[in-house]
Amino acid sequence: MGGMHGLGPVAPDADEPLFHAPWEGRVLAMTLAVGAWGRWNIDASRHQRECIPGPTYLVMSYYEKWLAGLTALIAQTGLATPAEIESGRPAAGAPKLAPPLTADRVADAMAKGSPYTRREGAPPRFVVGDQVRARNINPIGHTRLPRYVRGRQGVIERDHGAHVFPDSNAHGAGEAPQPLYGVAFAARELWGESAAARDLIHLDLWESYLEPA
Amino acid sequence: MEHHHHHDEGQAAPSEIALRVKALESLLVEKGLVDPAALDAIIDTYEHKVGPRNGAKVVARAWIDDAYRRRLLIDATAAIAELGFGGRQGEHMIAVENTSDVHNLVVCTLCSCYPWPVLGLPPVWYKSSAYRSRAVIDPRGLLAEFGLAIGEETAIRVWDSTAEVRYLVIPERPAGAEGLGEEALAALVTRDSMIGVARLSRP
Repeated sequence: MGGMHGLGPVAPDADEPLFHAPWEGRVLAMTLAVGAWGRWNIDASRHQRECIPGPTYLVMSYYEKWLAGLTALIAQTGLATPAEIESGRPAAGAPKLAPPLTADRVADAMAKGSPYTRREGAPPRFVVGDQVRARNINPIGHTRLPRYVRGRQGVIERDHGAHVFPDSNAHGAGEAPQPLYGVAFAARELWGESAAARDLIHLDLWESYLEPA
Repeated sequence: MEHHHHHDEGQAAPSEIALRVKALESLLVEKGLVDPAALDAIIDTYEHKVGPRNGAKVVARAWIDDAYRRRLLIDATAAIAELGFGGRQGEHMIAVENTSDVHNLVVCTLCSCYPWPVLGLPPVWYKSSAYRSRAVIDPRGLLAEFGLAIGEETAIRVWDSTAEVRYLVIPERPAGAEGLGEEALAALVTRDSMIGVARLSRP
């Protein structure tokens, strides 16, 4: 939604609690704990939340979106059936499994994270300082190329190495790592003359999003 | 009898969504898909262990130790790990430094990417449509809503977290903080200043 108008003022709350109700914390924790089964990756879970229809998405709270995404992924991957989710009870005869993420392993799992850099991947096509243009591509599936830079010219500012490619990974089509770059766009290139002359917008963009300018 | 609403959670009737979440958790526990104690441990991690105090320690160290500051600007992931912080949603960190000439602002226009190991979980406004849509097109107007006036003589650099790289703003050290030790300096550093929606005022 980068660059859209009309979505209202920001309303920061100085005394905001971390979770507004206990269920929000449970949804966050369940998302991470069920994620430890490895049945989906972070790109698939982001894509799942993006599949919520726009009008609904805009009125849902953050953790409502997470709950919707988690529930859909659990059903899609067969970790639980829709009937089980509906009733809140395991089907008769369903085996009891052993969760991969136990309390004693939480600290390590959170501290370890999961790096997205990969050794494989083609050598980088661009070097720092190269002028590039974000391609005007409009994939129907998951992508991390925001609409507001498509067709716009920027400069390569940083080479991040090869990273997992979300457009592929989100759809179970493999990690397909490719070079990731920090790309700077002049605010005026994106928004026209009304933007401040020296402002820059930086995005991290995969190589296949870019072409030489 | 008139019904009074009580705001303490023990007395309020659980909402429909709270009941749905409870039913899902009970299903996942009964199927052995999650360990309820692990859920408690995850919540405890972000309520009590991982939050903006971590980032504040990184900033304070950068202010007092110029060699550390340089390491932080070259390889933030490694420099932050020196202080014992890292992991989920902070696997690939970059630190960007505010100066009298440049103001940095972090956003995720696509979802809600945020550097968890140094700032914890993001506030609601960071995840809001209003913030996500306007940070890139109207940063000055947006910052004004936070009470922060940035003139056009200061360049704004907006960092849109479109990949798994996460950004930490190193705010300017406030005037009047000379002579303070590392811990006292860290106490001055706010979460909002490390996202770029606030400047630090004198102690």
